Amino acid sequence: MSSSPALLLQGLRKHYKDVRAVDGLDLEVPVGECFGLLGPNGAGKTTTIEICEGLTVPDAGVVRVLGLEWRSDRDRLRRRIGVSLQETQFSEKLRVEETLSLFRAFYGDGPGVDRLLENVQLTDKRRSRVGQLSGGQRQRLALALALVGDPELLFLDEPTTGLDPQSRRQLWDLIAALGSAGRTVVLTTHYMEEAERLCDRVAIVDQGKIIALGTPRELISRLGADQVVEVMVESGEAAARAREVTGGVPGVLDARVEGAVLSLRVGQLHTVLPALLETLTRAGVAIGELRTHAPTLEDVFVSLTGRHLRDG
Amino acid sequence: MADPGFRPGLRALILTRFREFFREPEAVFWVYVFPILLATGLGIAFRSRPPDQVAVGWATWGAERPDLLAALERDSALKVERYGDSTAGAAALRNGRVALLVIPGADGVGYRFDDTRPEATVARLRVDDAVQRAAGRAQVLGTTDQVVRERGSRYIDFLLPGLIGMNLMGSGIWGSGFAIVDARKKKLLKRLAATPMSRADYLASFLCAQLVMLVVEVSVILGFGVLAFEVPVRGSLLAVAALCGIGALAFGGIGLMVAARPRTMEGASGLMNLIMMPMWVLSGVFFSSSRFPEAVQPVIHALPLTAVVDGLRAIMLEGATLAAIGGELLVLGVWLVVGFSVALRIFRWQ
Repeated sequence: MSSSPALLLQGLRKHYKDVRAVDGLDLEVPVGECFGLLGPNGAGKTTTIEICEGLTVPDAGVVRVLGLEWRSDRDRLRRRIGVSLQETQFSEKLRVEETLSLFRAFYGDGPGVDRLLENVQLTDKRRSRVGQLSGGQRQRLALALALVGDPELLFLDEPTTGLDPQSRRQLWDLIAALGSAGRTVVLTTHYMEEAERLCDRVAIVDQGKIIALGTPRELISRLGADQVVEVMVESGEAAARAREVTGGVPGVLDARVEGAVLSLRVGQLHTVLPALLETLTRAGVAIGELRTHAPTLEDVFVSLTGRHLRDG
Repeated sequence: MADPGFRPGLRALILTRFREFFREPEAVFWVYVFPILLATGLGIAFRSRPPDQVAVGWATWGAERPDLLAALERDSALKVERYGDSTAGAAALRNGRVALLVIPGADGVGYRFDDTRPEATVARLRVDDAVQRAAGRAQVLGTTDQVVRERGSRYIDFLLPGLIGMNLMGSGIWGSGFAIVDARKKKLLKRLAATPMSRADYLASFLCAQLVMLVVEVSVILGFGVLAFEVPVRGSLLAVAALCGIGALAFGGIGLMVAARPRTMEGASGLMNLIMMPMWVLSGVFFSSSRFPEAVQPVIHALPLTAVVDGLRAIMLEGATLAAIGGELLVLGVWLVVGFSVALRIFRWQ
């Protein structure tokens, strides 16, 4: 039992009409890991996680959750996992504590309502109607409901989508604390910052497939770049010209154009930058603005797919 | 943690049903206030009234016959109005103010009326009888009148069981239907399906809640009918309760079946109307279903609303026992079992 992974997916496939939502996906998540499925909207993250949750039946492939299969161990599995779905609206007429008690009643054992409220910092909202909660408070309630059965494995589908930065950070702290209890967490997100911050390992998902897998640090270092330089110029043509001339500058690993922005992955910024500026000036390209940042998972996604996470 | 007791999930779901129901003002209105308003409206329509009077005109331009006029005014079934000239009299006759115009002559009485109007013919008979007796006609044959206004044979006695049945159907089908479709739209059903909750418990919680709700609902309408109109309950109240209970469960089962698939409120309410409309018409709520052709009677008798309404009438008006309405109970039982099992089988959780 202890040797089997918390989650094992092999050759997973699911299609809806003419859309291949999941197209041959393999994955193994060991016990105790916080694992992230990162990808744009429509990449197949939700379909994948709902197959893991036993809510969707795959067309093909192996799904083993906590060493069990949905077909034969449905009831046992339901008790051992916790789930937070995308955009569930809980009954607005019920109070927070009533909603928790209702879900609590479906499980044999688990933490009491007081503990759950404390865990997600909703103790002072205990008697509020669900309809009166803010977006962040609702997401925290959803998290508490996922924890009601004291699950070994927690699935969180886009736990912070649509929240303001402050609520998002508060939720990150709560989710980070969950992992400490030896619990396995699998979450989906299209915020690279969230994946970098919370996840031990990340799978980048695009068009129903995993296109990169590793710790956030590994994935970023695979880019081989120390820095990303973005140069804003006056037009698309200027950006294209800039790309031609800067391609040959030593230390520039990769150059791409998006609109009027030239984006370069570079090795050592301090040696590349002077040569870069000189080349651009010589080519008569007027620089509107210049920014540099350490590469992120977003840059990894862009370099793998040529698209941004937000573009969908 | 204290002992969770018997079926904690089901109990928590039923409790949730009540909380959601009583915190929804519209639902409370339709289930409790509406029947009272309806019954009050009927109370006004069916309040006790003296027997109808027929208005007749007396032509004062005719001969002086105070003896005949007095005889007509003594008759409580007639209301006599006087007209001074024939134009006014003709106008009153034409616009229906009076059914008959009496024109006394020197050696007889003339009647002016439209013989195609039923009340005119009645007035003609009534007036002629009074006039002839005043003129000295004796009864050839002795007759006596026995006026019977029996409780149980009036329209209100027929209507009240129909209204109870209709209300049971409405709250059974609407009550669970909308709540379920709403929960599906909000993806709450999907979330519940991801817990160890028993799916049968979820559906059963709607039926159980219905059963409690119905006690108040039926008591309000029945109590009002008994107190305000003295509608008889000749059979036992226990039989009424048992029939209403099974009826509510049968309609609840149908409600679950209707709500099992639709994703939108529009889809659900269309389906509900499709199911309820034929029963409103066919099941004999407002008039006896025996007026429909013989060929469709088996279909009509298989409808749950017919079973509830016929059963209630049999218990309340004829004092039938539960054993006597076994057929109706069987029909309702079948609807309950079929509705619940089909709903559970085809239910869309997401």
